[in-house]
Amino acid sequence: MAAVALGRDFEFRVHQPETCSTGLEEVDAMAGGLPRGCLTEVCGPASSGCTSLMLAAMAQATGREEVCALVDTNDAFDPASAAAAGVWLERLLWLRCGGRAEHALKAADLLVQGGGFGLVAMDLADTPVETARRISMTSWFRLRRAVEHTPTVLLVLERQPHAKTCASLMLEMRREKTAWSGAPGCSQLLRGIRVRVDRRKPAPAMTASFEARWGTNYVCGDPWRSGR
Amino acid sequence: MFAAIHGAPGDSEGMLRLAQEFSPQVERTAADTVTLEADGLERLYGFPPQIAAALSRRAADRGMQASVALAANPDAAVDAARGFAGVSVVPQGDEAKFLGSLPLALLGPTPEMAETLERWGIRRFRDLAALPELGIAERLGPEGLRLHKRARGAAGRPLVPVSEPLLFAEEADLEYPVELLEPLAFVLAQLLHSLCARLSTHGLAANELRLRLKLETRGAPVDEHSRTLRFPVPMLDPKAFLKLLQLDLGTHPPPAPVVKVWLEAEPVKPRAAQSGLFIPLAPEPEKLELTLARLKSLVGDENVGSPVLLDTHRPRAFEMRRYGGGFLAASPRRRVAASLPLARSLPLSASLPLRTIRPPRPARVQMAAGQPVHVQADGVRGHVISSAGPWRTSGDWWTADPWARDEWDVALSDGALYRIYSEQGRWFVEGSYD
Repeated sequence: MAAVALGRDFEFRVHQPETCSTGLEEVDAMAGGLPRGCLTEVCGPASSGCTSLMLAAMAQATGREEVCALVDTNDAFDPASAAAAGVWLERLLWLRCGGRAEHALKAADLLVQGGGFGLVAMDLADTPVETARRISMTSWFRLRRAVEHTPTVLLVLERQPHAKTCASLMLEMRREKTAWSGAPGCSQLLRGIRVRVDRRKPAPAMTASFEARWGTNYVCGDPWRSGR
Repeated sequence: MFAAIHGAPGDSEGMLRLAQEFSPQVERTAADTVTLEADGLERLYGFPPQIAAALSRRAADRGMQASVALAANPDAAVDAARGFAGVSVVPQGDEAKFLGSLPLALLGPTPEMAETLERWGIRRFRDLAALPELGIAERLGPEGLRLHKRARGAAGRPLVPVSEPLLFAEEADLEYPVELLEPLAFVLAQLLHSLCARLSTHGLAANELRLRLKLETRGAPVDEHSRTLRFPVPMLDPKAFLKLLQLDLGTHPPPAPVVKVWLEAEPVKPRAAQSGLFIPLAPEPEKLELTLARLKSLVGDENVGSPVLLDTHRPRAFEMRRYGGGFLAASPRRRVAASLPLARSLPLSASLPLRTIRPPRPARVQMAAGQPVHVQADGVRGHVISSAGPWRTSGDWWTADPWARDEWDVALSDGALYRIYSEQGRWFVEGSYD
């Protein structure tokens, strides 16, 4: 009996993937961080904070001196925003796929197979839902198999979840509130958004929220570059 | 053991090349003589007489009239080669006896010394070797002592090898024009293996490969196709080189069938890297090069790289630079920064980034009381629920490409937050906040 219990305990420990911080304390506390060697899906409608989460994770990874890659399907990445979020751009490999989802999938596969990346993000958020839906499960399985047993975090941004069983962690984002300051019509300013994050997978479902503020976050990333 | 080859001064280059075929340590002793280190040749050719015979035979095959001598020291070998025709092997320990009959002029004494020795009646090696060393030193000085040692066949000295410029190049003439890349890859693989073996022998690696392909002209103006591959780190893996060349030729194929291939490598010292337990995760440079080459062939050269922000106020100004991995440029200072406790590097909160639309999407915007009330563009349509602006920015008015724009942040009824701007009376959607 003791041997069986020990075996179960061992099996349980083996299947716990190592995680790394998303850069957002609230999300880390809720989801336990981003699992390495697994596929993580982040989905939500436009302006729901998906990109904020991705850049925060990227800033955290480059701050740890890891190398990151972004497969940008629709050329939506803004380097200025990333730098403002604290991403160390020298450590970021950016691929623009010109709106071709099949190229994005192949590129992500090559990057994961190449190895050595701390985080590989595939941005399918601006890909039409019909196109994203046509991505076969085989492709998702291939990606999951490629990233397995590697220290890489594979992050996929989408409008709707498509990877189904291939995703180890699925976060659904929703904008709760938009913060404006000043008087409407004359001195109003966009200050930020409050985002609600629901963990849909693995069970049990959990919720957290964070604020994405308009402005520059120089604290993370490369502290020397900001003169600190 | 040393071997000397003595021939006509006109065959100097031929003798040098001949010697280099037998040994990497070759000295150009004089215009008519080369000396080489023969240690280890016995494994290939047998005993010293057989080594000398092999050298002589090879010289004869090249049409050279050369005499060959083997001895325990270079000077004895040179003197024997100059003094005796054909093949001679100077027995170790009996050099003085073997060389004794040679005329003293072979030692090349200065005219004054030659006159002095002539007056003393010293005309052969054996005569000089018989004189006492101390007496020679007193009367003729260091130069006399040097000649005395050579006459006894006891002058030991290191060789001064010829230092040829290191050129790592290979070429192959093809029997028939090759049109497809796959058969060409076989030729390239052969050349690369040979090139890498040579580089490895010299303890070197390559940071650049230059490929030239001679094309079957058929009246075409261009008869050559050249490609250059540069690597951020020195590499010495023929398989990686071949894959990189294949990917590059796949993207930039030769315009006509290939009839000849030249391949040249730029030699550099290999990369010395010490790995450690606490070094951050990063791709191996060789693997990264391959991955980048594959990605470039997939999405194009201009779409792979690392973004660099430009020093300008122009919105969204950046340029794409070749990705170097970042880790290569990581300074010790940055490494110290990375080793700071994680809590210090955690962001206080997430920032609100913009997702850009490239190129900006033309839009129709309805205004009321100076505020946008409705926005319509391709894929974007809605009433404005809330807005902030205008933010007026301008710049580069002193250049040929000035810019001036009014920016607005708007929340639309479709549920998203957008940045729109007007420039020269036209409206655009620049992107959405996410």
